[in-house]
Amino acid sequence: MMSKVRVLVGTKKGAFILTSDGKRKDWEVSGPHFAGWEIYHMKGSPADPNRIYASQSSGWFGQITQRSDDGGKTWNTPGSSAEELQGANGFPRGESNKFVYEGDAGTHKWYDGTQHPWEFKRIWHFEPSLTNPDVAYAGAEDAAIFKTTDGGKTWKELPGLRRTKGNLWQPGAGGMAVHTILIDPKNEKRIYVAISAGGCFRTDDGGETWKPITRGLKSPFELPDPDAEVGHCVHRITLHPSKPDVLFMQKHWDVMRSDNAGDQWSEVSGNLPSDFGFPIDVHAHEPETIYVVPITSDSLHYPPEGKLRVYRSKSGGNEWEPLTKGLPQKDCYVNVLRDAMAVDSLEDCGIYFGTTGGQVYCSPNGGNTWNAIVRDLPGVLSVEVQTLK
Amino acid sequence: MVRIVLPFHLRNLARIEGEVQLEVPPPVTIGAVLDRIEAAYPALRGTIRDHGTLKRRPFIRFFACKEDLSLEPIDTPLPEAVLNGTEPFLVIGAMAGG
Repeated sequence: MMSKVRVLVGTKKGAFILTSDGKRKDWEVSGPHFAGWEIYHMKGSPADPNRIYASQSSGWFGQITQRSDDGGKTWNTPGSSAEELQGANGFPRGESNKFVYEGDAGTHKWYDGTQHPWEFKRIWHFEPSLTNPDVAYAGAEDAAIFKTTDGGKTWKELPGLRRTKGNLWQPGAGGMAVHTILIDPKNEKRIYVAISAGGCFRTDDGGETWKPITRGLKSPFELPDPDAEVGHCVHRITLHPSKPDVLFMQKHWDVMRSDNAGDQWSEVSGNLPSDFGFPIDVHAHEPETIYVVPITSDSLHYPPEGKLRVYRSKSGGNEWEPLTKGLPQKDCYVNVLRDAMAVDSLEDCGIYFGTTGGQVYCSPNGGNTWNAIVRDLPGVLSVEVQTLK
Repeated sequence: MVRIVLPFHLRNLARIEGEVQLEVPPPVTIGAVLDRIEAAYPALRGTIRDHGTLKRRPFIRFFACKEDLSLEPIDTPLPEAVLNGTEPFLVIGAMAGG
């Protein structure tokens, strides 16, 4: 059977699903789904690709959890489908969007240095289990991690994360959110999370206890103690499934790598034109081939010189080459957000990213050439790809 | 029968076309109407008032009979015209965001 790819695009005004065959030349665009709502993230279950979780939110109406069981054709808030409304198991509780911090919510550091109570705002990221479609993790703003074991009908916080010096975390300009969740494919009890202006954390017991993994990170312009254990502004981390102890990080400034599951980091920014940026990803078949999109600076959130360039390193960092064919090389002032880059796992690995200007680009050949799949979507918040056999 | 008008996005979320009509047992208060809406449409739980605190979300307003009832206590009885279905109870997404 011919392979297919399904690209899940979350935008500021709805969700879009882009599908193509293995050539990735002709695309079908479906959407907007959840028109008018912010879709921070959508992600399919590796165990059942038809199961997709979507985070829908609005400043007016708050957080909604959406789930599809047919590959994005139809959606329901878990626990309130037509079938469940007529079911015999009592009245649906409508708790798929109930994200309540465990116990006394506690406080974190506020902009003025005082302590501020934790307040739930939205889910930035859903990370489905690698093996069970009913299990998924949710990364929240204000920063916390929640888990469902019933397909999103109910969510429970794993409070050990916030007990890991949470009182010292402080929101940055983009808020204080768990925006990245990585599950070790060789050991599902090992999970990594990253928090803007909070840092990077690891659990080895399925989320009961966590420890900061920030040794080697330097933040001389952001933190009074540049070597602090928490507070580093980690923008994104990623790993390759075949070498899960090797982590790559795009920090506020600096591209970093760790070869020991985050216990120690070293800088691999090398010859990048700027080591500020948001996303970072790994080639599906080459664990030392990584991709970043350099952004001018923390004050100028657009590409250097108005040229949109993806940079690729085939050596796991330090030596970088610009990838420009098919990308605008003048007058381009878009940004690429942290969750807006993904790779497929076809033989010739496809790389995808979305911009704040509403373009979604695809390279069907590991970054050598690029095409815009769509050019005029609302600002893109997230991009995920499913490779369907 | 109480007539309830929900904002566009909540009608879409709950798959409601047009106005909703719900039987609300007395006493018919703001809170009783919200309870009834959430029971009939569980997908709306948490969207009008917060799940944990049951407080009205900041950018939601409640109007009836040309009055803004948003700041009234939750156990405020609704006007007779709402009870007898002459006037609807309106849940509004407030103007915000410029």
